[in-house]
Amino acid sequence: MSDEVLATSAPETSVRPPAGESTELPVVFDVDDLSVYYGNFRAVRDVTMEIRQREITAFIGPSGCGKSTVLRCFNRMNDLVEIARVEGRLTYHGVDLYARGVDPVEVRRRIGMVFQKPNPFPKSIYDNIAFGPKVAGLVKGKSETDDLVEHALRRGALWDEVKDRLKDSAMGLSGGQQQRLCIARAIAVEPEVVLMDEPCSALDPVATARIEDLMMELKDDYTIVIVTHNMQQAARVSDRTAFFVTEVNDTSDVRTGVLVEFDATDKIFSNPEDERTERYVTGRFG
Amino acid sequence: MTATQLTVADLGPDRRRHRTQRRVRTVMMVAAVLSVVISGLILVSLLGETFTFIKGLADTGTWSSLWADGWFPRRGQYSVATLLMGSLIVTLVAMSVAIPLGLAGAIYLSEYARPSVRRVLKPALETLAGIPSVVLGVFALMFISPEVVQRFFEAPQANLAAAGLGVGILTIPLVASVSEDAMRSVPAALREASYGLGARKATTCVRVVLPAALSGLVAALILAVSRALGETMVVAIAAGGSAGALFTADPLRPGTTMTAAMISQAGGTDQVKGDALTFQSLFFVGTLLFAITMSLNLVAGRFVRRFRNVY
Repeated sequence: MSDEVLATSAPETSVRPPAGESTELPVVFDVDDLSVYYGNFRAVRDVTMEIRQREITAFIGPSGCGKSTVLRCFNRMNDLVEIARVEGRLTYHGVDLYARGVDPVEVRRRIGMVFQKPNPFPKSIYDNIAFGPKVAGLVKGKSETDDLVEHALRRGALWDEVKDRLKDSAMGLSGGQQQRLCIARAIAVEPEVVLMDEPCSALDPVATARIEDLMMELKDDYTIVIVTHNMQQAARVSDRTAFFVTEVNDTSDVRTGVLVEFDATDKIFSNPEDERTERYVTGRFG
Repeated sequence: MTATQLTVADLGPDRRRHRTQRRVRTVMMVAAVLSVVISGLILVSLLGETFTFIKGLADTGTWSSLWADGWFPRRGQYSVATLLMGSLIVTLVAMSVAIPLGLAGAIYLSEYARPSVRRVLKPALETLAGIPSVVLGVFALMFISPEVVQRFFEAPQANLAAAGLGVGILTIPLVASVSEDAMRSVPAALREASYGLGARKATTCVRVVLPAALSGLVAALILAVSRALGETMVVAIAAGGSAGALFTADPLRPGTTMTAAMISQAGGTDQVKGDALTFQSLFFVGTLLFAITMSLNLVAGRFVRRFRNVY
């Protein structure tokens, strides 16, 4: 009797997944109808998407389509631009990131960022990594800091190259090493999400490949959102892809970024819904 | 096909333009050389008179006058220590005002002020730099001394502290403006990196921007010290050492500095009154001042070079 129950019920749960969202990974960011304004100028409008845990989500699209602007909403980096303003809803694990009482500093400790141009501090390699944890009060004492620095550098696939010169200036590293240092620096504060704003655009193909490998490794532990100009990169590394374009208003010549399509990367690159996406990914536009 | 033969002359310089260029070059070179020559001649006359002074002391066997109780050149008392100590006190007092205020102002202007506030404050600060030092000297004597120094301490109206505070106010704009430039030249990418790691504004400022701007800040500091050492008018008016001064290490006493000592002897006439070496003593002090400020500038230059291009 009980055997029968097991025999009939077990296959049901394993073979046929229950309908809907439950097999998918939990949602980290839920973006609903987001618009970003600089003063009265609407830079991006109507962005709706879900970013899921331990996936790599790529933003692609032509220059000036607002990919980076949207990315910078996710850790409230746009707050640094005085006239920037956000409309719509952007929740992080259900909490509205732009709600009153949300401290951008707390947000950024959970949601790290890697920038387009490697921007190590003009300090030693060690101090670059230790900066975030020290500021956040994550470490006490030297040995704890040492361990964390080593861990972060290993995680950033840089340890073997720099372990003998941790006290040397980070400015002496190559561009690719500097960018991996910046990634290691970002994950040293143990964020949940790492935002990457065109992290390879200043790097050569070899360094780019290393960063991409690193992203694939980091995916096991972190949620990654990457803006990229490089469609192949999006196709190689990402699970989901968002395609943005710039819409030009014929009468006022105002350019507004808009999200055209957001779907699984395979689908975007093989069988997109929107004609504009298809033209872009096949290289006929943009 | 008959191609026209291209010669070197075709690609050569336009003759007339070439000549003009050479003339311009000559004029510029003369100007450059002239300024060097003039500086050289000044140095020669400075050193010449200084030599005469030292030789005069040697000839008359009055070396001891260098260790007199004070600086009274008309009476043949050339206590250089009095002047050095006076300059040191005035500079220290001035820096204790100018560095904190100037630096804080620079941090505010560069990191905190809204653009609209900055647009008003920066020119205001630069206006402060335009106040003639004579005015500040009178201000130091008539206001700072009675209202600040004498309010808290037992002191005569003319004293080194009041003069130092006046010089400090005079130096604030210099410190603020040079430090602000240094901080603003720190790339925004470094601030973003810091904010992106969850650092607050104050942390970003103290741990990222200030260290990255270090060379500029040190340059600002050394320039300010140079300026304070060289400041004459404020001290001449407010420090109370117009006829000379006794040696003192007390900022609340009247005193004089290297520059103020020179102006009080040389003011107004082409003849410096006093015995034979009074006139030459001024050049002796001048040489000393020149050596000090020049070494400061060299150190500043080295600092700036050493830390340049770190980002």
